[in-house]
Amino acid sequence: MKRISVSPPVAALILAVVLFLLSGLLPNGFGSDMNVARAQATNIMRLAVFLGVIAAGQTLIIISGSEGIDLSAASVVTLTAILTYIFVDGMDTRVLLALLIALAVGALVGFMNGVGITFLKISPFVMTLGMSGVVTGAIIVITHGSVTGKVAPIMTRLIARPLSPGLQIPNAIIIWILFGVLMWLLLERTAFGRNLFAIGVNRITAKLSGVNVTSMNLLTYSLAGALAGFGGFLLVGNTGVVHLQLGQPFLFPSIAAVAVGGTLLAGGKGSYWGTMAGAIVLTLITSLLTTMQMPESVRRMVLGGTLLILISIYGRQRALRQ
Amino acid sequence: MKQSRWDALVARQPALFALVLLVSCIVINLILQPNMLARDTLNSNMRVFLPIILMAVGQAIVILGGGIDISVGAVVSIVNTVLATRVGLDGSPEEMWRYVFISLLIGLLAGAINGFFIAYLRLQPIITTYATSFLYAGMALFILPNPGGGIPQEVAALYRNSTPLNLPLAFYVIAAVLLIWLYLSSTRYGNFLYAVGGKAEAAYETAVPVNWVRFSTYLISGLMAAFSGIAITMLSGSGNADIGGPMTLNSITAVVIGGNAFSGGVGGVAGPLMGAITLGIIQNIISFANIDTWWETLVKATIIVMALAAPGIVNLFRRGRP
Repeated sequence: MKRISVSPPVAALILAVVLFLLSGLLPNGFGSDMNVARAQATNIMRLAVFLGVIAAGQTLIIISGSEGIDLSAASVVTLTAILTYIFVDGMDTRVLLALLIALAVGALVGFMNGVGITFLKISPFVMTLGMSGVVTGAIIVITHGSVTGKVAPIMTRLIARPLSPGLQIPNAIIIWILFGVLMWLLLERTAFGRNLFAIGVNRITAKLSGVNVTSMNLLTYSLAGALAGFGGFLLVGNTGVVHLQLGQPFLFPSIAAVAVGGTLLAGGKGSYWGTMAGAIVLTLITSLLTTMQMPESVRRMVLGGTLLILISIYGRQRALRQ
Repeated sequence: MKQSRWDALVARQPALFALVLLVSCIVINLILQPNMLARDTLNSNMRVFLPIILMAVGQAIVILGGGIDISVGAVVSIVNTVLATRVGLDGSPEEMWRYVFISLLIGLLAGAINGFFIAYLRLQPIITTYATSFLYAGMALFILPNPGGGIPQEVAALYRNSTPLNLPLAFYVIAAVLLIWLYLSSTRYGNFLYAVGGKAEAAYETAVPVNWVRFSTYLISGLMAAFSGIAITMLSGSGNADIGGPMTLNSITAVVIGGNAFSGGVGGVAGPLMGAITLGIIQNIISFANIDTWWETLVKATIIVMALAAPGIVNLFRRGRP
């Protein structure tokens, strides 16, 4: 008998469609109204964009293996969103520079993570968790609890609005698709991508085959930080307001999204397409729970349970008896 | 010649670094606060440190066995919310003790769930306990959505003000923990623990029940987290579902300062115990240093990251020597 195998990204996409159709059956769901259904689908896609971009860095780090994970992503998102908000202050001319600042600050935090993990041999989980505290502290110092600023009109137009009124698809989704193509190129068509998978499978063999593991590690964490910074920039462009907990709700889903997409949490195997599908699934689950008027506590339990089930399916390690 | 003797000493006594750090922190604190060793001041400090000490001991044992437990903070939250909602401010002491017993069972159950997934389903410890931490934290929030509730005043006073023989209650608890550890580490179980943490494959081949030992370390950390939750509830006298979250990183930091190897198999319990006290004293020093409130989070987080980095920096220098 031939075993039917579905690749995880496709499975995640199917799961997303099923979940979406199920959400239509809820008492306050879209029912049989196609226009409402389309509007809702667009909205969920738009929300998934930010999770998807934030999870991009997470994908790179998790593929790099050695228990790689980035718990500082959420606070970097908050920090860069706030910096963008303060710096832009309503002026279109400053947007490009603000984007560069967001990327640079994110990359700097990521680089510090990389230094701690690579040279000081701190476990990635602990290092990035500690770093997240440092970044949160920096946010408090910078803002003193209140933020004054404004996003520029051009950001709202480029991120939150559709390209033309007839299109009905917000630009954020188009940006995400382009971003996905770039991520695919990075992972599958560059030396960086090849080396990333190599160190994810086995650092020692990668090193013996001439991969500079140390600089790959530093580069991966810096790049992941920069991507989180980009996520913060996009997020503030969409919402138009900031607060001190802006990024936090994305942290756990960003890891779960990577796992849903079939990227091995042990590293060495995965794709950004999977993470994109995962981000849509996770956003759907969250919005489903919101539509069902579930409290925050139930949402947390469902997210935790989802990740636990996923790693039970994908993440099992080799048995000792072999 | 002299250097190598120092190296040998450090290798034999991993807690030495922790002891030196602890003593220097105590000296600094004594200069800032001359009455630190007076009975009441000592007691009011030790009762604040005790919850994190208990948690660090459990964390130390899991890390010794080659794992890590991210869910300990969430277990503290569950225990705290259960006690605060079920006993109540005007509950009787008998009821309190009954729920203290139930809390210990909750801790064991939480640890058993972690242990089952990690030891028997062979999932990665970090990501598994991260997932269960969300599950448990969600439950705590479900039990008590808004801070409130409480425990009877006389029980809280028992914890806060007991000073048998003019020594803080915490000293007796610490002594008991150390005695139990001394006994445990001399038994066959102690050997098994070091064997599994050091090299699980080799331990398996020499007929060590690896899975059972791994499982048991999570039971112990769940139990210690429950004790920690009971202690912090008696200290604060009220309930808050977010009380445990920030404690997790502190417990890991305490273990790292305590000289235990992150990869397992090296260290003990005395070092992490001193590490936890050191963290508490550092907290004290910060509050005496009159730091601007806005800077406090940043300073604390930076110190934690530096503490995590310390063993790595020491190693870096030692490796640099011929």
